[in-house]
Amino acid sequence: MDLRYSESDEKFRAELRAWLREAVASHGSPPPHHDWPARHAYDTGWQRKLYDAGYAGIHWPREYGGRDASPTEQLVYYEEIARANAPYVGINFVGLLHGGPTLIVEGTPEQKRRHVPYILRGEQTWCQGFSEPEAGSDLASLRARAERDGDDYVVNGHKMWTSYAQVADYCELLVRTDPDAPKHKGITWLIMPMDLPGIEIRPLKTIAGEGEFSELFLENVRIPVENRVGAENDGWRVTNVTLRFERGAAFASEMYQLREHLAEIKAVAGRVTRHDATAWDDAALRREVGHLQAELDALWAMVKLSVSEASETGVPGVGSAAVKLFYTELAQRISDVAMRVLGRAGLSRSDVAELPNGRFLEKMLMSLNLTIAAGTSQIQRNIISERILGLPRHR
Amino acid sequence: MDFRVHADQEALQQGIRSFCEGRIAIDQLRELEEKDAFDRGLWNQLAEMGIFQLRLPETAGGLGLGCADAVLVFEELGRSLAPGPLVWSHLAAPWVDGAGTGEVVVGGLDLIGAAPQPILIEHWAHLDVLLLLRPEGVFRVDPKALEARPIATPLDPLTPVHHVESLPPGERLAEAAVAHRLWLEGAALVSGQLLGIAEAALELALDYAKKREQFGRAIGSFQAIQHLCADMFVRQEVARAGAYAAGATLDHPEVGDLERAVGSGKITAGDAAMKNARACIQIHGGMGYTWEVPAHYFLKRTWVLESIFGTGDEHAARIAERVESGT
Repeated sequence: MDLRYSESDEKFRAELRAWLREAVASHGSPPPHHDWPARHAYDTGWQRKLYDAGYAGIHWPREYGGRDASPTEQLVYYEEIARANAPYVGINFVGLLHGGPTLIVEGTPEQKRRHVPYILRGEQTWCQGFSEPEAGSDLASLRARAERDGDDYVVNGHKMWTSYAQVADYCELLVRTDPDAPKHKGITWLIMPMDLPGIEIRPLKTIAGEGEFSELFLENVRIPVENRVGAENDGWRVTNVTLRFERGAAFASEMYQLREHLAEIKAVAGRVTRHDATAWDDAALRREVGHLQAELDALWAMVKLSVSEASETGVPGVGSAAVKLFYTELAQRISDVAMRVLGRAGLSRSDVAELPNGRFLEKMLMSLNLTIAAGTSQIQRNIISERILGLPRHR
Repeated sequence: MDFRVHADQEALQQGIRSFCEGRIAIDQLRELEEKDAFDRGLWNQLAEMGIFQLRLPETAGGLGLGCADAVLVFEELGRSLAPGPLVWSHLAAPWVDGAGTGEVVVGGLDLIGAAPQPILIEHWAHLDVLLLLRPEGVFRVDPKALEARPIATPLDPLTPVHHVESLPPGERLAEAAVAHRLWLEGAALVSGQLLGIAEAALELALDYAKKREQFGRAIGSFQAIQHLCADMFVRQEVARAGAYAAGATLDHPEVGDLERAVGSGKITAGDAAMKNARACIQIHGGMGYTWEVPAHYFLKRTWVLESIFGTGDEHAARIAERVESGT
């Protein structure tokens, strides 16, 4: 039970911090949300900088050009990235955290050659084609149909929540290849080039307005059989490999940002006036902020415990469902406090009265997605009840 | 950084757990309830196991262990609802002769945290020495010199309390800085106890949810019950991280903000114990409202432990002053 970082971890931190200071300053500020070509250039350009400096693919194996950092170094990495206010993976998310790692484990030599190095250098971006209108939490009930025709699969279907579809070169696509098999046994994992005929992208307007997500309509899209990852009808197993890479230490950046957010809420509360006092003069608000900070600090310790366990086993501890559940609900509670501190300034999504309401509202609106994406809070509770606590299944 | 519980620590914890399971199982606790919650023989056995001199240097007859180790030990004492002024006697070991060996039973009052009135002293009848933690220092008082009136029905049947009208200045043992350090250590050890209670409440609730049938199936197969249990688990794991980090930060203050780490442990462990105890009662339904099911002991002890070394609200107010960017 030792929270001290080793000398080599501290050395890694110092080098990274020094590099980030220079690299972040020279990369400029991020382009506006709606400017997809500019975002593509900004995010892939940053990925190339990471690659040239030897920081790309922090958790990828060395033989694939990654850094193969220990879990503790990954924690340091994500913490420093956030501290430096560096660009996060952005539109490289699906390639770096899903597609690439999946191909490294499950891909053919040819598939690896065609994709893995390009993803790492920021020269190839991916999007995710998993969820469907009728397959959300129950992902395995997906219906997008793929029928074999010679050397192609012919795909018809409707995908939802496809992040970064507008700018992606490839899509990790789940399709049903055997409609008669039990639902988990008829799924196949395909690499779909996004420039094939028959793909229509419709951006989804979310609570936050325009955003990352699109719907994909697939009509007779012909995907070569050589783009299949794993065996036909073995896609559910491959999907579980994919999702295993989704979490882990990457949460650390978001948690750092959440701590910073709480500190900023306190600073704003000291400036916002309520009649003849500031919001921070309210003892109830101070207690609430103190309570949230206590929970954030414990959450951070929980991540360190999970990372320490991963150092031995190579995978996040059983507690990762608990971390996800607690972190996402805490983030929403913190946003609620931010809104209360803003008061009526919160009616405006652009900054007013020299307050950061634009950013605060953006965070609040986007936080509503946290308890839904990547396994809803209810699904996390089911996982904890059944897999950790051993309570009887009843469906 | 390796925040896992080390193999030696696991062995230490396991030793305490086995002892508690054999010596203070629930039926034995019920007998203690009839005996004013104190058993000299049990106290001596706990002392022999090194509970009180755990952190004394080996040259002074102790085990030379740290605060993180002590938190693990107190987690087990909390889980088993071990009665008596355990934390106070442990904290007193370097300051009061005989406390470490268990010959002298030391209790205490935290006058740094909560408002001192009314003055209620736990386990007064069995104390040889009473310590007072004041902002200005640590003071020693002879408990028998106080005019103490027994409270006929204490909230926790295993924590008898006496009421006194006023306190003498007492003999000064140590300065303000020591009092403050002991207050933080006490909060961390109590966090361990609260974590243990949160775990025990979940365990009892799970046993029942798997056995108890209604509508023709185990109630633990209903999502309404499952999600209560899942939330209990999450609170327990948050409290574990918080309480362990409090211990680890006391051992190596350079890893973070000590006041914040200790406050985080006390707040999260207090929350977990309180809410898990309530959920345990709820999951037991009508039986949870009976004296027979031990769920109520968890809740009652939690109220006792919540009140010392800083309540959750007090720690939250202190932490609020220490919220800043870059930490």
